[in-house]
Amino acid sequence: MRAIAITEKDNVATALGDTKGGEVVVVHQCDVNRKIKVRDPIAFGHKFALQRINVGQNIIKYGEVIGKATATIEPGEHVHIHNVESQRGRGDLPTKE
Amino acid sequence: MTIQGYVRASGEVGIRNHVLILPVVVCASEVAARIAASVPGSVAVPHQHGCGQIGSDFDQTKRTLVGFATNPNVFGVVVVGLGCEKVAAEQVASDIASFGQTVELVVIQKEGGSTGAIQKGIKIATGLVEKAQKVQAEEVPTSSLVLGLECGGSDATSGLASNPALGAASDLLVAAGGTSILSETPELMGAEHLLARRAVNEKVAEKIFKIVANVERQARRMGVDIRGAQPAPGNIAGGITTIEEKSLGCIYKAGIAQIQGVVDYAQEVCGPGLWIMDTPGHDVESVTGMVAGGAQIVAFTTGRGTPAGCAIAPVIKITGNSRTYHLMEENMDINAGTIIDGQETINEVGQRIFDLMLEVARGRMTKSEKLGHNEFAITRLGLTI
Repeated sequence: MRAIAITEKDNVATALGDTKGGEVVVVHQCDVNRKIKVRDPIAFGHKFALQRINVGQNIIKYGEVIGKATATIEPGEHVHIHNVESQRGRGDLPTKE
Repeated sequence: MTIQGYVRASGEVGIRNHVLILPVVVCASEVAARIAASVPGSVAVPHQHGCGQIGSDFDQTKRTLVGFATNPNVFGVVVVGLGCEKVAAEQVASDIASFGQTVELVVIQKEGGSTGAIQKGIKIATGLVEKAQKVQAEEVPTSSLVLGLECGGSDATSGLASNPALGAASDLLVAAGGTSILSETPELMGAEHLLARRAVNEKVAEKIFKIVANVERQARRMGVDIRGAQPAPGNIAGGITTIEEKSLGCIYKAGIAQIQGVVDYAQEVCGPGLWIMDTPGHDVESVTGMVAGGAQIVAFTTGRGTPAGCAIAPVIKITGNSRTYHLMEENMDINAGTIIDGQETINEVGQRIFDLMLEVARGRMTKSEKLGHNEFAITRLGLTI
């Protein structure tokens, strides 16, 4: 199974196939291939952490912020709506105008 | 480089030669649909608007109807009105005529009801189709093309494959002197700073920030978290977690060209190069807005797969997901999943999309055209009164 991380800054990779938990996958990140053991089952197109991401830390994909971690995320863990929160379009939160 | 086009009285170039049956109000939609059903070569765009609308909401609906009818892909128009609507049929017809467009009018209350209006409409539309068939397409420059960029039913492959490939195709068109339109303002959220850096001047950069901030202001006004709709459930199932992630993937479809300006929904873009149109993320409303703004062709990327087309413009469907391509091949024109599968590069697929665009502009039908996908929807700004 292969996975891709778009820029050097990215702390998540996108799975390019379905994988079961516990599998070792090859992550292609800026012409460098590295191996990482995924902890959870990851479906095609879904993301997993490349490193430990602490609560409140930014999730980086495409070299840009895509949200903040709402829980500590371990390397190889599935990164999705259960542990990431969007920071935009949050009309439910008091924000500065 | 040339394509085959129909040069209109306005000087604009169409790549299709449609006879459009245009209801100005919901009460005329069924009659319009019946006329088109009886006249091969004509197409109707039933909708639910045109009455109980005021202010900017009314203006926008009228602008969209007139813009759609004066798109150069349209040879001639039959405007169908009820007779008592807010968006008055006579006014719409005269606005359409002011652009040099061929237009005829059928008003249901003046024709003694449905049957009379349908019969009159069929007669007029049949005559227009006969005239349209006599018009020859001629060689015109590729720079005449105005491309609408759309993405819908996105998944993680959209940002990795189909959108970057479409971006390469959009850049090729802009380099050839053509025009390209990026839309779907909510899906610029989280990526607007990257677009603003590409603005031709400070004023355009400010406008980009402004239209995105306005979406967030609306969310605050309603006290809602846009996560209720963005990303959509299918986006989430496909691996997209947040609107920021979706947006960053979305903007790839606009390539790397400089951004010339920002226009309102259904407003005509005024010059070559890449533009932004302020539209909702709703695919059909967005495509309708771009076509009303002058796009003669649409390139539409999708990860999950969507069949949506447009009544008067060919829509090219591109998926970055090989599974979706094989599952919905009857709807998909291009498989960009070859990028994910490691068989082609982004630029190779971009060239393939550009080449297909030119073929479609020379008359080749897209899958959405062959299947008769004539979707049409106008976005609203206000309450129905």
